[in-house]
Amino acid sequence: MTKVDAANKQALQKLFDAEPFLVGMGIAKDTIPGMKDKMLLHAGPHITYDRMSGPLIGAVIGATLYEGWADSVEEAREVLASGEIVFEPCHEHASVGPMAGVISPGMPVFVVENRKFGNRSYATMNEGLGRVLRMGAFDDSVITHLRWMENTLFPILKEAIEKRSNAEDPIDLKNIIAQALHMGDELHNRNKAGTSLLFRSLAPDLAETCQDSEKLSRVLRFIDSNDHFFLNLGMASAKASLDPLNGIEGSSIVYIMARNGTDFGIKVSGLGDTWFKCAAAQPDVLLFPGFTRDDVNPDIGDSAIMETYGIGGFALAAAPAIVQFVGGTPADAVRYTREMYEICAAENKSFTIPQLNFRGTPTGIDLLSVVETGITPILDTGAAHKVPGKGQVGAGIVRMPSEAFVSAAEVFAEKYA
Amino acid sequence: MKKLLKEGPKTVNIGLRGFYDALKQQESSAIHVEWRPPIVKTDLLKRLRKLRKGREQ
Repeated sequence: MTKVDAANKQALQKLFDAEPFLVGMGIAKDTIPGMKDKMLLHAGPHITYDRMSGPLIGAVIGATLYEGWADSVEEAREVLASGEIVFEPCHEHASVGPMAGVISPGMPVFVVENRKFGNRSYATMNEGLGRVLRMGAFDDSVITHLRWMENTLFPILKEAIEKRSNAEDPIDLKNIIAQALHMGDELHNRNKAGTSLLFRSLAPDLAETCQDSEKLSRVLRFIDSNDHFFLNLGMASAKASLDPLNGIEGSSIVYIMARNGTDFGIKVSGLGDTWFKCAAAQPDVLLFPGFTRDDVNPDIGDSAIMETYGIGGFALAAAPAIVQFVGGTPADAVRYTREMYEICAAENKSFTIPQLNFRGTPTGIDLLSVVETGITPILDTGAAHKVPGKGQVGAGIVRMPSEAFVSAAEVFAEKYA
Repeated sequence: MKKLLKEGPKTVNIGLRGFYDALKQQESSAIHVEWRPPIVKTDLLKRLRKLRKGREQ
């Protein structure tokens, strides 16, 4: 076994040993490490305001209005361009966000703890589909919905989750993910089963902790109506499970993939905290009615953490129904999963695919395999309109661009020669 | 040549899947091999394979 193989084995053992649990909720500025006032976290690697794409601009405008830093869209644009607001990647704060991924100081966030290693991760609550902040929409309905989430959904969920986290059977997110894969989810663009399992698990605690039946029924209806409610928790599970892989000397396992709508970036275990970046890809999208391919923004979101974790696009074979949302056929879904085994160092011990005779999902993207084979990771992803404020235009398949892997491989070869 | 004309071609398609899909649609015998051209220079590939040395042995 080479030094690289040994280091990768160590990295993957850490990943397979991870135990992500939902342990609480809090307001971002009081909860996320390093979060400050006048700071906005975003998906993907670092980016300045002048280089942001439409959906990210839309989301930071919405967050500025939500925080009360501006009273109008025009004023928000001025505040954002003034340099007064600090922009940092979610990933630099143990956090993840789908699509634009914007987290502002006043937003409520879930807290997920990897009980094996003690590290935590953070993610906002999922808003639903369509005209939502993460897709770059920022009209009054978006802000009103975010305020309902903060003032009603958050306190009710927080109480129930905290009750459960102190109970004998806290919410085991890894277990939910493993079960959901057997129920037709791949946990990136299909979270129907994951959301249902979470809902079933949490409902008795909600009933016990919330005395206001009118508010409770609205909370339950919202979760029931939002098939993607589990996505953010799945992403936080992936983040908490992958962060311990940072800095394992000699390991070529990719532990972060993320996109900000302009750039795609990766981090590699043996190369520590350095981002390797290139231009973001253009997704191949099944469009919602009324939109054209010209409307589609380049790839955006921290949700690529799901594929980095060995699910999402890598587990497409487990989710034949997903093709109705992202395009293609069930045979294509199987083919994508089979291809990803070529670039992964292991098969997952916890996440298995019934359709492949319960084979473990392809897990642990090996930088060296990507570069040697020329096969880059496949994601199934949402797609946002490139104009700020327009929201989601569809969902589809996207292959990560190779340049970030090539530049990381050059540094890896230099460092470990 | 006569055999080829009588039995039809047996195709091995390498790389672009579209050609394979088109042949299959015409019910022609074909297999597909996933292949992509290298994405890095030979020198880097050599250095990476050196790091892997022993894995395939």
